[in-house]
Amino acid sequence: MEQKITIEPVTRVEGHGKVTIHIDDEGQISQSRLHIVEFRGFERFVQGRPYWEAPVLVQRLCGICPVSHHLAAAKALDVIVGAGTGDGLTPTGEKMRRLMHYGQTFQSHALHFFHLVSPDLLFGVDGDPAIRNIIGVAKKYPDLAVQGVMMRKYGQEIIKATAGKKIHGTGAIPGGINKHLTQEEKDSFLNGADPLNIDKMIAWSIDAVNFLKDYHKKNKEFIDGFAAFPSNHLSLVRKDGALDLYHGVLRAVDADGKKILHDVDYQDYLEYINEEVRDWSYMKFPFLTEYGKKDGWYRVGPLARLNTCDFIPTPLAQKEFEEFKAYTKGKPNNMSMHMHWARLIELLHSAEMIKDLLNDPDLMSGDLVIKGEKKNEGVGLIEAPRGTLFHHYRINEHDQITMANLIVSTTNNNQPMNEAVNHVAKEVMTGQKKITEGMMNAVEVAIRAYDPCLSCATHALGQMPLELILVDKNNQVIDRKRK
Amino acid sequence: MSEQVKFTIDGKACKTQKGTNLVEAAKENGIYIPVLCHLEGIKPAGSCRICNVKVNGRFMTACTTEVSDGMVIENITPEIQELRKIIVETLFVSGNHFCPACEKSGNCELQALGYRYQMMVPRFPYEFEEKEVDATSQKFYIDRNRCVLCKRCVRSVKTKDGKSIFAILGRGHQAVINIDHELANQLSDEEAQEVMNTCPVGSILKKERGYVDPIGSRKYDNKPIGSEIEQITNL
Repeated sequence: MEQKITIEPVTRVEGHGKVTIHIDDEGQISQSRLHIVEFRGFERFVQGRPYWEAPVLVQRLCGICPVSHHLAAAKALDVIVGAGTGDGLTPTGEKMRRLMHYGQTFQSHALHFFHLVSPDLLFGVDGDPAIRNIIGVAKKYPDLAVQGVMMRKYGQEIIKATAGKKIHGTGAIPGGINKHLTQEEKDSFLNGADPLNIDKMIAWSIDAVNFLKDYHKKNKEFIDGFAAFPSNHLSLVRKDGALDLYHGVLRAVDADGKKILHDVDYQDYLEYINEEVRDWSYMKFPFLTEYGKKDGWYRVGPLARLNTCDFIPTPLAQKEFEEFKAYTKGKPNNMSMHMHWARLIELLHSAEMIKDLLNDPDLMSGDLVIKGEKKNEGVGLIEAPRGTLFHHYRINEHDQITMANLIVSTTNNNQPMNEAVNHVAKEVMTGQKKITEGMMNAVEVAIRAYDPCLSCATHALGQMPLELILVDKNNQVIDRKRK
Repeated sequence: MSEQVKFTIDGKACKTQKGTNLVEAAKENGIYIPVLCHLEGIKPAGSCRICNVKVNGRFMTACTTEVSDGMVIENITPEIQELRKIIVETLFVSGNHFCPACEKSGNCELQALGYRYQMMVPRFPYEFEEKEVDATSQKFYIDRNRCVLCKRCVRSVKTKDGKSIFAILGRGHQAVINIDHELANQLSDEEAQEVMNTCPVGSILKKERGYVDPIGSRKYDNKPIGSEIEQITNL
């Protein structure tokens, strides 16, 4: 008799998701799906609003990385106000935005690793769920927990200094930025009282990378084998191939490292990317048009970025990058759990970038905004902490938005997350008669590696208890557990 | 020299020139009486009622009342404060005010009054009435969702030869603010900015200007509305 297992909602991710796993009469996994069951529809209700409202309005779809939406929308509107595509702003405009973005990436990556992932690593996937959480980490490893909190605080303060508020600021405006950095802010970020200064942040980032590398050494089988599968990878890269989270050209490589999207201008993304709708999820399934729905799906995020870029333009992160690349002999890394390794290298890179930017005098003086010949359409892309984020707007002659298309990072990772769920379900649940909490968490661990923001992907909010439902092949519920 | 009159506000002895309205007279004496429809320099309308005070025991709108000698005025009492809070709440529920994404946030007088009177949640049900925006002007984006029909724009925004650029269209519940595009197009950028500043809410937005004031330097980011008047101590 076929059974269907439902994990609903998935925990310790941003938002609300549900997993169903179908088991046939022989105990084999016949199908696994990650359903995104919420809908909010920002793309619709932004229509009719004046275009300059978009960066402030649309960022409200998330409280974790609103800066990414704020900046992606602002970049799209840069095109509309004739300020060019990313590199056309004034030095102050671009650098203040970069500082905001690296501050945001720093705090988001710290949040994910210390608050959401470290419980799985420190207490094990099978660990007691009562302590396998950030409170448990704070009790048993207080130094680590404090680091996580303070690193997040540092990043949030950078956001406040550049955007005006820690969450949902207004700093980026079409064509530039609305403020400079003050001397006081600069001094505080560079030389603030311990631990809130950039050198401590860099040191702690190195510690975090070393923590993961050490964990990797001791748990090779788990980190290398868990939810590993080949895929394409997509991200922005700087024109010279460097890792660049703020701006660049669009590049994709396949599982062997062959370029399948050749550094194209993202204004033309519709020529290369398509989205499939499936009736069991509100989240669409993007793919590279040339390679079709079956072979064209790709991963985005830290792992994808380190697979597509040629080098990292900051020395400490570059050193870690070389070690990371050497592990797969220069080939793309297709191991889902290595996403954490890649994320921490980016954490270090972000800290280094923040230091470089803070020492740049352009932040404290210079023109804030530039405008040119107005256009009626613009596309803005950014490498959000969770991956490539697309914002696309069209406006009418009265400056009202007539069309908005958002492809958020988690949407780009939709198929990869489904693949990861399927791999793990097959690995831990095949032939099992009893479903344990550890097995359920294993599925969640695979999803969590992608740091999905399901709220962003469907633009919804949600609370996340966990429910397991066993269903037979006639869709009759035969058992239900809730935690 | 014009005649001076003496009066009291909440027991404080005050004086001003005869003919001064109560809002201005209070201001001269370092006392804040809240306003929304009133704007210094234009004829008072008394339409928003937020400036209600008690004059010799009777409710009066301060903006339309001239001070006379011996007046006893109550301004800050629990009854009046509650009445003002109710007015702010009714304005919020009768419009579609979405402060988080409004570019007037931080500079908005209605929002600032909501904070001043500690409006946590309105006691009345939201009307959620559908209101149209008018984006067809070259200079302005008119968002009627936020309009409180104070008529500041109607009364104060004129062309050089005295023609009104804004007007009220319709009556009663259907009344909306309307703009003469031809006349509005004659405004310079600076004049258009002044018009936006005249609007106490985010209903009249100058196009292509949004969010240029950083958070922290907006009018009411650091100090509540009225505090600039209440700080005057040397009379």
